[in-house]
Amino acid sequence: MKDKVASIIKKYGSDSSQMVSILQDIQAEYNYLPRTALDKLSKKLDIPQSHVYSMATFFRAFSLKERGKHIVNVCQGTACHVRGADLILESLERQLGVERGQTTADRGFTLETVNCMGCCATGPVVKIDEEFFGHMTNDKVEPMLNKFKE
Amino acid sequence: MASKLKTAKALAALQKKLARERDAGRCRISICNGTACRPYGSNPVAEAFRAEIEKRGLADQVEFKITGCHGFCERGPIAIVEPGNVFYQRIAVSDVPEILDNTIQKKGPIERLLFKQEAGEPAVGRQNDIPFYTKQQRIVLGNNVRIDPASIEDYIAIGGYSALSIALFELQPDRIIQIVKDSGLRGRGGGGFPTGTKWETCRKAEGEIKYVIVNADEGDPGAYANEGLLTGNPHSVLEGLLIGAFAIGSHQGYIYVRNEYPLALKNITLAIEQAEALGLIGVNILGSGFDFSVRVNRGGGAFVCGESTALMASLEGKTGEPRAKYIHTVERGLWDRPSCLNNVETWANIPLIINNGAEWFSRIGAPGNSGTKIFSLTGKVNNTGLVEVPMGIKLRDIIFDIGGGIRGGKKFKAVQTGGPSGGCLPEKLLDSPVDFDSLIKAGSMMGSGGMIVMDEDNCMVDTARYFLTFLEEESCGKCVPCREGVKRMRQILTDITEGKGRESDLDLLTELSAHLKDSALCALGSSAPNPVLTTIQYFRDEYEAHIKDKKCPAGICKALIRFSIIDEKCPGCGRCVKPCPTQAITFMGKKKPVILDQSKCIKCRTCYDICKMGAVSIE
Amino acid sequence: MSELVNLTINGNKYTAEKGSMVLQVARDHGIKIPTLCNHEAIEPFGACRLCIVEATRENRTRIVTSCLYPVEEGLVVQTDSPRIIRNRKMLLDLLLARCSENKVIKELAAEYGVDKPSFREEYWEKHDCIVCGLCVRACEQVVGVSAISLVNRGVSKEPKPPFLEKAKACIGCGSCYYVCPTGAVKMEEKNGVRYIYNWKVEFKLKKCAKCGMYWAPEAQLEYIRKKWNLEPGFFDICPNCR
Repeated sequence: MKDKVASIIKKYGSDSSQMVSILQDIQAEYNYLPRTALDKLSKKLDIPQSHVYSMATFFRAFSLKERGKHIVNVCQGTACHVRGADLILESLERQLGVERGQTTADRGFTLETVNCMGCCATGPVVKIDEEFFGHMTNDKVEPMLNKFKE
Repeated sequence: MASKLKTAKALAALQKKLARERDAGRCRISICNGTACRPYGSNPVAEAFRAEIEKRGLADQVEFKITGCHGFCERGPIAIVEPGNVFYQRIAVSDVPEILDNTIQKKGPIERLLFKQEAGEPAVGRQNDIPFYTKQQRIVLGNNVRIDPASIEDYIAIGGYSALSIALFELQPDRIIQIVKDSGLRGRGGGGFPTGTKWETCRKAEGEIKYVIVNADEGDPGAYANEGLLTGNPHSVLEGLLIGAFAIGSHQGYIYVRNEYPLALKNITLAIEQAEALGLIGVNILGSGFDFSVRVNRGGGAFVCGESTALMASLEGKTGEPRAKYIHTVERGLWDRPSCLNNVETWANIPLIINNGAEWFSRIGAPGNSGTKIFSLTGKVNNTGLVEVPMGIKLRDIIFDIGGGIRGGKKFKAVQTGGPSGGCLPEKLLDSPVDFDSLIKAGSMMGSGGMIVMDEDNCMVDTARYFLTFLEEESCGKCVPCREGVKRMRQILTDITEGKGRESDLDLLTELSAHLKDSALCALGSSAPNPVLTTIQYFRDEYEAHIKDKKCPAGICKALIRFSIIDEKCPGCGRCVKPCPTQAITFMGKKKPVILDQSKCIKCRTCYDICKMGAVSIE
Repeated sequence: MSELVNLTINGNKYTAEKGSMVLQVARDHGIKIPTLCNHEAIEPFGACRLCIVEATRENRTRIVTSCLYPVEEGLVVQTDSPRIIRNRKMLLDLLLARCSENKVIKELAAEYGVDKPSFREEYWEKHDCIVCGLCVRACEQVVGVSAISLVNRGVSKEPKPPFLEKAKACIGCGSCYYVCPTGAVKMEEKNGVRYIYNWKVEFKLKKCAKCGMYWAPEAQLEYIRKKWNLEPGFFDICPNCR
């Protein structure tokens, strides 16, 4: 882990102004921001731990908790909202048994919301990992999730 | 690819060569693989074309391009075939061989894949004849169809970077600024500030080191106009940025791209690499003596970072908290240095203005509002997508002529512009011109281009609640009016949607609104009241129905509606029974109406959406 | 830089150094402007908005926070116009709804005629902290250890130690406690130990070798001693006995 964090920091020229990008690379590597990685970051860049923690908690992209294997993103943008996106979210919450922002007990899925992915024509939209599902309706939720269940 | 271009002449020569190769008698098929088309499966279709062309060795007959957004997102996957400007819609992988055969053998277009507004209506063969396109003026976005965003050669072949050449070698910085001023270009990010004036102030500001910044943090939910442009034509933004940097005297640029736009990030990063490889970015560009470098920064999922001072804080490695703008960012911005921040679309207009002249640009659009604006037209219209229209066009024309009217034959209720900082405009304002000043007068604003259409099935109180919920989540939390005030407004609105509204609520909302407008630190807070104020102004009757009668006329607010089965219409088919998540519906046998148990009903609308007989009512 | 400018505050003319802030100029002349997130030793922040005034320049009037608005030639300022009073009132209404049982906020709100929040009682909160950021800013700017920071965003934003654990970089100086305007930082000393509960820290206090009084945290003294290169034992005697 130490080496990975060190190489990410090096990639950005040890420039602390690139903090958001550095944190994103760390999250891309581990699927969340591990505590040890953040401690390492604070030490290597010589920035206070308090600042790293502020950055990690300010930006919604970051998770300090381990996330599930599959990240379910439900768009809550206006265009999706007027077509009933919050009902899709509720349906997903019911079927996964978690609230938004949470991960299922078996760590299979993490349910998150996002404000507009740019697919407004096909709203309501759900993205699971890199796959998009447009024109969502409640009855499509279960078959969609089944595609990702083991 | 060619090696570094060391002179303007070398660029011109390359441009000539590529243009010749491009027009070398092949037919061209452009398939849209923009973000909005992906949920339709545009990626497999694009792959199928590529594989088929390779398999059959057709590269010498067909020029195949995978492009960014064509605009008509509703009808994706889309392909445009030249010659003939043939527009194919809703393409499946299985259609690919036929399209190829048809194109190479120069047969007439494939009728079943052509555009028809409704099934059974006559097909329209040419893209430019489709009503969605005829009233648009796609001077900026139109180029998306002609180029592969991953190819700098395509951009150069259609004349790209010639404006840069003109700027560097035929114009002085002050002259460039004058041209931009004369063009009348105003910021396309929402503020509408005169771009030329901004550049001039930045140029004159004290300090050797200056920055130019592209704001690609398009956070308005429902707006993806910037996304379509940045993903589909990243070089147009780069070229504009280079010209602006030269005019202002800046040698360092930043492009701040929203985290939620991975395709845009990929394309702009690649575009920069390619431009650097050709020497269009870097040291001594084209032998002019002008140096420039640019860095891409990702956002972290914070809407507030679209605000210029918050964006700059984020670039400095801090949390995205805005600061007071009593001293403008063009004087003291990023790292306290003069910084010129403009929206993606603003930068993309610059090459056009330099190439075609200020006079040409100023004649497009309306007085005081020159040029075009790209909107993401979405919601309850038939033809959703990215549209580019001249400023001053009527809202009605966009929604009904271009947008094809309200889907499902429903009635128009409102159009929302400007995102959470904007407002909802009613039917009586449909003849308003779409320009910066008129929208502000109506209580809304231009914003970055979101235009969401709502119909009779949308509740305006719920809409206001939605926007305030969004803003509460996105508030940075620094100042009391926004952090506490938006929260209280959202609580009041939620209470109203849950039937707990009180007579005094509207006055309290209005008071809070005035307070936020006066005292909030940044535009997120000070414009947060707009959705509330416009809905109270134009849809007061809906608020009163919720507060006094405890009813939701649009049938949306769960606490105020009731689902029930219309016995006479229910044939007992049982389609609604299994999908009901709480098993609230009991099958009573064929030809007998089902029974809905109110105590179990969670009002999820599943039965209402599934029923083909209209036997579920919401009251 | 002693270029002087002329400005008007509440109808009276004053001169001030160019670049100084309206708040400072007003206070120098005994004009009262309320503040919460302002402190003379710390950079102004503009978060509480209480110090707002109406500022008119070239026929354009804006509401601005006086702590961050630089004076200019011909500026006309109103510190207590009806519009300003209305806004301060609503501000305190909002703060009272957040800190419904905090003494400082209740008194300040009462001064402006706000006896209870305008919002429904079931939503009244009982915070002491108003997220003015003084504790965090003092720790960063004055003390220089940045032991704490403002975490989260929006309604859940508040000063916290990193990872919500004991603030390792804290030296127990208590600056956060001293600058907090509402008493939200809870610090106490018991049996020779100083506790700052908000940051989950405790510090053994140094006992004066002469009078036996506990006078400052050992960690803080050690930090200062190291920073200024003072000899060991420099702080063995308390300031009173020196």
